Amino acid sequence: MREWFEHWLSGDVDVMENIMDAAEVPDIPREIIKEQNKSFREEVYGRQHTKEAIQAEQRGFYLLYRVVAIASCIVLIGALLYTVANLPDYGQENPRTVEVVKRYVEQGLKETGAINIVAGMILDYRAFDTLGESHVLFTALVCVMILLGRDKKNMRAGYEDYYKISRDAYFDISHDSIIRTVGTLILPCILLFGTYVLLNGQNGPGGGFSGGALLGAAMLIFSAAFGLQDADRLISRRAIMAIISVSLTFYSFAKGYVFFTGANGIENHIPKGTPGAILSGGLILPLDIAVGMVVACIMFGFFSLFKRGSIGGD
Amino acid sequence: MNFIANFPLFTIVLSLFSGVLCFMLKGKTARWYTVFYEVFLIVLVLSVLGYTLHTGTSFTYPMGEFPAPWGNEIRAGVLEALMAAAFLVILLCSVLAGARFIDLDLDNSKVNLYYSLVNLMTAALMALVWTNDLFTGYVFLEILTLTSCGVLIVREIGRTTLAAVRYMILNLLGSGLFLLGVVLLYDLTGHLLMVPMQQAVAELSRDSTVLPVLTITAGILTIGLSIKSGLFPFHFWMPDTYGWATPTSAALLSSLVSKAYIFLLLKIYYRVFGFEVIERMPVRNVLLVLGVCGIIVGSLQAIYANNLNHMVALSSAAQIGYIYMGIGLGGLAGYTAALFHMLAHALTKSALFLTTPRLSEVSGGSLLFKKLQGSGLKDKRAGAFFTVNALSMIGIPVFAGFSSKLQFGLAAVGSLSWKKIVVVMVALAISSMLNAIYFIRTTVRIYALPEEEPDDRQQAVAPESAGNGGKPGKNSGVYSAAAEEDPAGNGAAQEDPAGVESVPGKVRDMYVVPMLVLTGGNVFLGLFSWVIVELIHTGLGMFGV
Repeated sequence: MREWFEHWLSGDVDVMENIMDAAEVPDIPREIIKEQNKSFREEVYGRQHTKEAIQAEQRGFYLLYRVVAIASCIVLIGALLYTVANLPDYGQENPRTVEVVKRYVEQGLKETGAINIVAGMILDYRAFDTLGESHVLFTALVCVMILLGRDKKNMRAGYEDYYKISRDAYFDISHDSIIRTVGTLILPCILLFGTYVLLNGQNGPGGGFSGGALLGAAMLIFSAAFGLQDADRLISRRAIMAIISVSLTFYSFAKGYVFFTGANGIENHIPKGTPGAILSGGLILPLDIAVGMVVACIMFGFFSLFKRGSIGGD
Repeated sequence: MNFIANFPLFTIVLSLFSGVLCFMLKGKTARWYTVFYEVFLIVLVLSVLGYTLHTGTSFTYPMGEFPAPWGNEIRAGVLEALMAAAFLVILLCSVLAGARFIDLDLDNSKVNLYYSLVNLMTAALMALVWTNDLFTGYVFLEILTLTSCGVLIVREIGRTTLAAVRYMILNLLGSGLFLLGVVLLYDLTGHLLMVPMQQAVAELSRDSTVLPVLTITAGILTIGLSIKSGLFPFHFWMPDTYGWATPTSAALLSSLVSKAYIFLLLKIYYRVFGFEVIERMPVRNVLLVLGVCGIIVGSLQAIYANNLNHMVALSSAAQIGYIYMGIGLGGLAGYTAALFHMLAHALTKSALFLTTPRLSEVSGGSLLFKKLQGSGLKDKRAGAFFTVNALSMIGIPVFAGFSSKLQFGLAAVGSLSWKKIVVVMVALAISSMLNAIYFIRTTVRIYALPEEEPDDRQQAVAPESAGNGGKPGKNSGVYSAAAEEDPAGNGAAQEDPAGVESVPGKVRDMYVVPMLVLTGGNVFLGLFSWVIVELIHTGLGMFGV
């Protein structure tokens, strides 16, 4: 097993060899792949660095390292176990610790208009944190775009087409009739369920993050079953970027408006609606939709970036 | 409520929006937008500073319509406004002075993403400075972690990728520990806002069975944040992280990001645990010892460094040690010294990281000391700025470094414990000497007349030869002059019609003005330290309540 793994690491074994036979894979000379893997390792780790690491290992540094690591883990585990043993009991009626929670549970419906207390908490009481949370996702997307986005610096000159076409086709499984059929059957269900979860965040379990993740999963299944070209026809690079930007901008300004009016004691004119109806909970539904759009597009963006180094097709 | 009270909210929300906007803009537009936006923010923050000084009190600002223990809150006082203003000024200067290297290091298609990250980082910094809620602190800590890794990997060479992976792992470890601490505190107190939390903690700490739990919680929070800011045993990521990043990133990471973590830690000590409770815990003594160790070890490692940027980065480890030493000393004087040194170090270190690439550029693109000989004569402006800031690092009077060392000495004497006085005084004396050794050596080196015939073989084994994605083996870890001559070379940006500006020397870059601002701030801190100390005292007076 280990030998096989090492072969695989060095690029001698192709995992996809038998699976991919049916696909019309452009002929990539094995030598090119081998050479690329080799030079990639050189570039990333560098001879100098590897030498240093080996020397450090020989000096017995790693023994000390392991001893210290294990010792500090044991100390941390002991301290945490001690701490947990001394925490207040679960469900204990303590007037101090339940002060905040009590109001959320008792007044939440009246104050936020949402049956789902969790949605009321994260999108109304503590909306500022969720505003940050959705921008965490966006930040991650920007970082991945910087890391994986194909540009002239991380593409070998003269190999642009190789990166653009052949990699894509090499790992494409959309020719597979099983995947295509199952995708056709399963996609409408996922889309419907995702939309339901997204739109009913204020009335039941669900909301922007979970509904968006479902929609994003639907987009991934679509592009796996029908190929990225079809997915690009569904949604282009510009559309993805526009949806993300517009949703986040809407989120920032809607919440900024609520913060501003709330702090200055101005009426904010956002109707709470009838609890239980789709249009209820004030801003919760639009914010859920915005977050859902962001999550779905960012999921697809990650997938696309990992697959071909671009957030979407042109 | 005065309209100025809304400004802290604007700084956060508008920065988040700017991050999204720069995502859509073109690279150059994004840069100018960022510059003007930062100027606008500085005006906002300075008016908050003026307002809080005028009223003499801090104010809290509810985020939404719900009152304090239920809703979210931010808070502004003199100290917060001072830190925010300093952060923004340094950020603006770093972006302006390093703009040329951003163009050089990044592909044209990614420049706007860089500015997007800078704006998101601004939002996170502002939120960490203003926040009055521990969990909000955690959320924006995450944004800061991600953006700091992002601005590190933009250079896309193997070295920065490796450094970013290491930095990311350690940062996530720190975030995890911090989150654990927040969870434990929430479980104990039932609150996330700092004011009710402090009341609950004060009540709990009278119970002798809960005090050890609180101590462990404080310890976990402290370890988490000290990993992120690079206190002594955790400073090993610094040389690679700061040393290989693009200059603006190095300046931002070393002078702002680590300071924001320390400021959050101070906030937790002051506003969550409270003065008296922290005094009763051993956490601060540990910080004092680790801080002193960091000062000595960081300085010694800096002496052994053979690469200019590594030396400056390791000197950062020593300076972080100073700040933690101040926190460890405790008391008003100790915290004042720590905060003063945060400002002094932020100004000096960003200036140093913005000069070193220029020195390396004129000496064949190498950062090795051997090659740097005479670089101060070739680039006179960079040499002068380097010398001034090196003198400030050593602690020569007139510059900020001297004033902050004076503050540490005063704080030690004021602690009235002979152990602390001896430890701090000895640490100050030794570290000043060690600082002098490596900074004066470097200054002499950059002004010495260059030797003949650089040895090519040495360049081949130098750590810079990690190479970049496009050209393995090419010396791309540095600002190679060869990139100018080779159109298909390093950046390859020269092929673009729009990329003409990325040729060094042709771009109209602002270098002198931002560097003069940084150095002027340094001299101001050195000459008129009482102004800042007075401000910090006023701020600390309204910080705890």
